[in-house]
Amino acid sequence: MAYTEEELKKELESKEYEYGFYTDIEAETFPVGLNEEIVRKISQKKQEPEWMTEWRLDAFRVWKEMEEPEWPNVTYDKPDYQAISYYSAPKKKDKYESLDEVDPELLETFNKLGISLDEQKKLAGVAVDIVMDSVSVATTFKETLAEKGIIFCSISEAIQEHPELVRQYIGSVVPPKDNYFAALNSAVFSDGSFCYIPKGVQCPMELSTYFRINQAGTGQFERTLVVADESSYVSYLEGCTAPSRDENQLHAAVVELIALDRAEIKYSTVQNWYPGNKQGKGGVFNFVTKRGICHNHSKISWTQVETGSAVTWKYPSCILKGDYSIGEFYSIAVTNNFQQADTGTKMIHLGKNTRSTIISKGISAGKSQNSYRGLVQVNSRATNARNFSQCDSLLMGNDCGAHTFPYIETQNNSAQVEHEATTSKIGEDQIFYCNQRGIDTEKAIALIVNGFSKEVLNKLPMEFAVEAQKLLEISLEGSVG
Amino acid sequence: MLTIENLHAEIEEKGILNGIDLDVKAGEVHAIMGPNGSGKSTLSSVIAGNEDYEVTQGSVLFGGEDIHEMSPEERAHRGIFLSFQYPVEIPGVSVTNFIKTALNAQRKAAGEEDMPAAAMLKKIREKSSLLGIDSKFLSRSLNQGFSGGEKKRNEIFQMAMIEPKLAILDETDSGLDIDALKIVADGVNALKTPNNATIVITHYQRLLDYIIPDFVHVLYNGKIVKSGTKELAKELEAKGYDWIKKEVAG
Repeated sequence: MAYTEEELKKELESKEYEYGFYTDIEAETFPVGLNEEIVRKISQKKQEPEWMTEWRLDAFRVWKEMEEPEWPNVTYDKPDYQAISYYSAPKKKDKYESLDEVDPELLETFNKLGISLDEQKKLAGVAVDIVMDSVSVATTFKETLAEKGIIFCSISEAIQEHPELVRQYIGSVVPPKDNYFAALNSAVFSDGSFCYIPKGVQCPMELSTYFRINQAGTGQFERTLVVADESSYVSYLEGCTAPSRDENQLHAAVVELIALDRAEIKYSTVQNWYPGNKQGKGGVFNFVTKRGICHNHSKISWTQVETGSAVTWKYPSCILKGDYSIGEFYSIAVTNNFQQADTGTKMIHLGKNTRSTIISKGISAGKSQNSYRGLVQVNSRATNARNFSQCDSLLMGNDCGAHTFPYIETQNNSAQVEHEATTSKIGEDQIFYCNQRGIDTEKAIALIVNGFSKEVLNKLPMEFAVEAQKLLEISLEGSVG
Repeated sequence: MLTIENLHAEIEEKGILNGIDLDVKAGEVHAIMGPNGSGKSTLSSVIAGNEDYEVTQGSVLFGGEDIHEMSPEERAHRGIFLSFQYPVEIPGVSVTNFIKTALNAQRKAAGEEDMPAAAMLKKIREKSSLLGIDSKFLSRSLNQGFSGGEKKRNEIFQMAMIEPKLAILDETDSGLDIDALKIVADGVNALKTPNNATIVITHYQRLLDYIIPDFVHVLYNGKIVKSGTKELAKELEAKGYDWIKKEVAG
């Protein structure tokens, strides 16, 4: 049985009680349930302009008429959407007073990832006095961006400060009626990030939500909007490789990317939410809609490393609207224990001479199910469209599953679409070979998995790639025995 | 260094080794010959600790320690190296990355720090040139698309890097042409010291022209039925294995 939000909240409350924090619980939480009044109140709380409130309400009305999709290759108990509280005050109290009170297993994972003590405290929700380094880094970082005219802030802030930009682009790639979870997100999104790169500007650093330390804990219905104006470039990193034991069960985020003429957006994600325990209890449902639109000569690259969540439903896609535009999707999805992932991409070729590349690496262990689902669509107008897809699956053990669902629709005879797929298994002979060279089994698996995922790991920014490798190792611990 | 006493081993309840006795001392080269199916590869797998095989009787001592309970990697850490007859492929893992991981795993087991990158590179360059391996080869995925000769050369390269106490070369000559054979044999000979030992497992005498054994043993039906010097190998070459089979039967 899946937890409801309420049960989780109760459990957390009782935990806080144990640690003597009960008197400090913030009362700023809306009652459970979703209706027009709640949507209005969310918008009001955020002091949003009228158009935004109306936009949310329209989305809510659409959502009410929709049904939760059942086509993905996953099974789960559907959340009770009327049992969730859609707003809670961001000023949350720290859960623990010192690291001694934190789950030792979590701390062990932090240590394996090489995360500093201060950061560990922050991630586990322990009170930290001041993290000097991060604060100063974040400040310098903001100054540098401002000099270039780059806007990088929370979406709530953007709605206040840059309403014309938000209004122009929000929902332009993922309209509220796009799908059930996108509609829900549009109605109730709590916060998220906004990024605008002006014409001709090359963003001098990787933009990472990681730096926005004050924005932690707004993850449940996150909304991200990235606009790269003509001839600009930005590399955006989402997520943190440290495991966050988020108390939210349902995550329904929306990410929209807009690459105007000759712009390039590189969007990298490492997702490591709580996957549930070894018996398959608990864990996050990650139902995300990510899509980008490419104008003439522009390029969008999605790179993702997915190791967390109990159920993942996610297809970062590219609409190749402009001529000569390029879409890329590089993915590693790891499932272990009872995790289920149905992930892939959609490449919609509308413009002439558009190109897309899909490299998907699925790794399944334990009793997990891992599906690749991808659509390559070539419109009648898209002369000389090219696509290359490669889907490789790696199985560990005999109880897991790997599935590939490629869809190809072409309406133009000049299209060239290639699809390659392989399935392999980590062999005992490979493990023995490594063992014989002195490499223990855990390390051997990590080595083999890293080799398998190399083409995708190479696409990640350097510092991210190192952490992603460690993460793969941790996710698969104990999966061969 | 290696003392095997009355070793019996089976796979899926089928007896393959039926009482092996063997004593290998530092500085020695032993050749184990025998017809197909006599148990040569099983013996090397059992010494290396392959868990597909069950040891039912007898013991294997390495450096005076009984290794029966040790995992394959613990045996490797103590200095046992097996050059595989069929080396496995690991896609996406370069020869360099693999050997670096192996060497550092061994150092870690010995309580040492990782080898500094510069020292590692220097060692790789030194040992690869010994075996006529070029740098392009080092960045290829381990054994993927390698020719038979390249695979075996890579095994000996790893041996050169790891510098084991005991090297077991399982059919290292199979699939090699005469030039590759010479390179591999020269490599093995160059690595010989008074402190390490080599067991050469082979079907043919050919390799023994280049790696001169101190002792030759003939394995038949899971037992060593005859031991001698390198002259025995010559005799086998001339007379074939039927002669041994008859002698055992008679």
